[in-house]
Amino acid sequence: MTTWVHHLILLPVLLPLVCGAALIPLHMTRHRLKFAMSMGTLFVQTAVALVLLGLVDGEYWAGGIGVYLAANWAAPFGIALVADRLAVMMLLLGSIIGIAALLFSLGRWSRTGVHFHALFQFLLMGINGACLTHDLFNLFVFFEVMLAASYGLVLHGYNIARIRAGMQYIAINLVASLLFLIGLAMIYGTAGTLNMADLAGRVPGLGPDESELLKVGVVVLAIAFLTKSAMWPFGFWLPTTYSVASPPVAAMLVLMTKVGIYVVLRIWLLVFSKEAGTAAGFGYEVLFWGGIVTMCFGAIGMLASEAPGRMGGYGAIVSSGILLAVLGYGQSSLVAAGLFYLFSSTLAIAAFMLLIELVERVRTPGGALLAVTTEAFGIEDAPGEPVGIGIPGSLAFLGLGLAGCALVIAGLPPLSGFVGKFALFHALLQPGPAEAEIGAMSWTLGALLLVSGLAATISLMRFGVRTLWAQGTITPPRLLVSEAAPITFLLLACVALTIAAGPVFAYLGRTSDTLHQPTGYVDRVLGTPTVPGPLVPAQEGAGR
Amino acid sequence: MEAIVSIGIGVLFGSGIWLVLRPRTFQVIIGLLLMSYGVNLSIFMMGRLWIDMPPVVAEGVVDTALHADPLPQALVLTAIVIGFATTALYLVVMIGSRGLTDTDHVDGEEPGS
Repeated sequence: MTTWVHHLILLPVLLPLVCGAALIPLHMTRHRLKFAMSMGTLFVQTAVALVLLGLVDGEYWAGGIGVYLAANWAAPFGIALVADRLAVMMLLLGSIIGIAALLFSLGRWSRTGVHFHALFQFLLMGINGACLTHDLFNLFVFFEVMLAASYGLVLHGYNIARIRAGMQYIAINLVASLLFLIGLAMIYGTAGTLNMADLAGRVPGLGPDESELLKVGVVVLAIAFLTKSAMWPFGFWLPTTYSVASPPVAAMLVLMTKVGIYVVLRIWLLVFSKEAGTAAGFGYEVLFWGGIVTMCFGAIGMLASEAPGRMGGYGAIVSSGILLAVLGYGQSSLVAAGLFYLFSSTLAIAAFMLLIELVERVRTPGGALLAVTTEAFGIEDAPGEPVGIGIPGSLAFLGLGLAGCALVIAGLPPLSGFVGKFALFHALLQPGPAEAEIGAMSWTLGALLLVSGLAATISLMRFGVRTLWAQGTITPPRLLVSEAAPITFLLLACVALTIAAGPVFAYLGRTSDTLHQPTGYVDRVLGTPTVPGPLVPAQEGAGR
Repeated sequence: MEAIVSIGIGVLFGSGIWLVLRPRTFQVIIGLLLMSYGVNLSIFMMGRLWIDMPPVVAEGVVDTALHADPLPQALVLTAIVIGFATTALYLVVMIGSRGLTDTDHVDGEEPGS
C-alpha cells in the first residue's frame, strides 16, 4: 500500500522539469497561461515539500531519512536521492522564495523577454535536485542545470550592464565547474565511490596516502561550492551580478548562494565527521576563518556601497560568512542555530532584492530602467507601464517593507533575525558537555556577529533615510498588488518564523543531530533494498 | 606512460589557465576549452591506465582484474556533453556582448577608452 510514498522524493525534480519543458513551445504572448502553469507547479511542489516535511520528521522513515533508489539500482551502484530534514527544509525555502519571485515577475519582468518561466522552472529543478541527490556526480549534473538556467536568467532583459556582468559570472562558474570535476575525479580515484554515504563509510578505512589525496580532492571540490557561496576570496563576482540581475532573478540568486553552503555543510559533516578516523576534523578551521574574513569583507562592502543592489549582495555575503564560520566552529547546537539564521536571512535578503526596484521608482519615476531593456530587446508588446491593480499608501508600504527587511538582516528585535542571532550567541556561550570550550574563536565570532549587524543597520538605515525621508518632494510611486504581495508574503514568513520559533528550533535541533551522525546515513542509504520488479526475480535485482 | 599523460594534462591545463586570464573573449573561450580537455583526460585517467581491457562485462563469473573500470568512461561522456553545452552557451553570450559593446574585450570596453 505504501510503496508509492517514496516516489514523492522524486517529484520536486520531476515537476519543474515537465512544467519547464511544456512551457517552451507556448507562444510568448500567452503570459497568463504560462504564469498559471508555473505558479501551479510551484504550489504542488510546496505541497510535496510539506508532505515530505511531515514524513521525515515523523516515524515513517527510520532515522528521518527517506531514500529513493533511481531506476531501482542498489545504493552504491546507482544514484540515490535522499530526503532528510535538511534537504526538505531547503526544498521548502526554495518553494517559498520561488512563489514570491514568480508573483513579483507577473507585473513586468516575465514579459521583458522570452522563456522566463521555463528557465525559472529549470532553475528550481536544479536547486531541488542539488538538495535531494546523494551522489556527487549527480550533484554536478544538477549544479550545471541550475547554473545553465541561471546564466539565462541573469541575462534576462538583455542590456549592456547585464551582458558585462553575465560574461564574468559565466566564466567564473565554468572554471569552478571544471574544478568540481577534478575534485570528483580525485575522490573517485582514491575512494572508489561517488555515493556520499558510501564515501563517509569508506573514509575511516583509507590508508594514509589515499587519505591525503582524498583531502586534496575534497578541497578542490569545495572551491567550486565556496565560489557559489561567495566565501572570500572567491566572492568578488557576487555584488556586481546581483545588482544588475532583474529583481526576481536576484531573489533566486540569493537562494543559490545558500545551496552552495548547503552542499559544503552536507559533505563536510558526512566525510570529515568525528567518526572519520585520521581525516576527522579536517578543514574546519579553514572554513571558520574563511567565514570570519568573509563576514568582515561583506560588512565593509555593505558600509561602502551606495547602490542598494550591491548592498543586498554584500548582505548575502555576510550571511554566507556567518554560516561558514558556524559550520567551521564544529558544534552541533551552533549548526542548529545557524540553520535558523540561514532560513530567516535568506527570506529577508530575497525580500530586500525585490523591494529595491520599487524603492528605485521613487528616485526615477517612469520606469527608466525598463526603457533600456525593451529598446535593446526590441519586443513588440513591451508594456510601457506595469499592468495590474495599484495599491494605496505606497510610500507607507515602502517604508514599512524596508524597515522590516532591515530589522531581519541586521538582527534587531522583534523579528526572526534577532531570534537567529540570539540563538547563535546562546549556543556560543553555552557549549554542551562534550563540546569546545569558550575561547578565542567564540569571542571572534561573537564580536563579528555584532559588528556585522551594526554595519547592516547603518547602511540600510542610511539608504532608507536618504531615499524616503530626506528627498524634498517625492511623488508616491504606483505599486501593484502583485509586487507588494510577494514582499509582504516573505516578511510575514519571517514573522511566522519568529512566532513559531520553538517548534522550528526543535526541528532544526533534530536536523543538526541527524547531520552529525554519518553512520545513520551509511546504514540507511546502503541498507535500502531494491524493489522487487514484476519480471526480474528479487534476488538478481539485489545482487547487483 | 602515467608520466606522459600527466605532463600532457598539465600542459593543457596550464595553457588553459593562461588563456583564461587574457583580456580577449576568443582567448578566454579557447582557454576554457583547453582546460576542459585537461579535466576530461584526468577524469578518464582516474580509472587507471589500461591497455587491451574491455570495460563491458560479459555474463557469468567475472574477474575484475581483466576489465577496465567503466565508470570513469561514463562520467567523462557526461562531462564532455555538459561542458560542450555550457561552452556553446557562453559563446552565444560573447557574440551578444560583441554586438552590444562593439568590442571583444572581456570587460565590455576597451582599456583606456
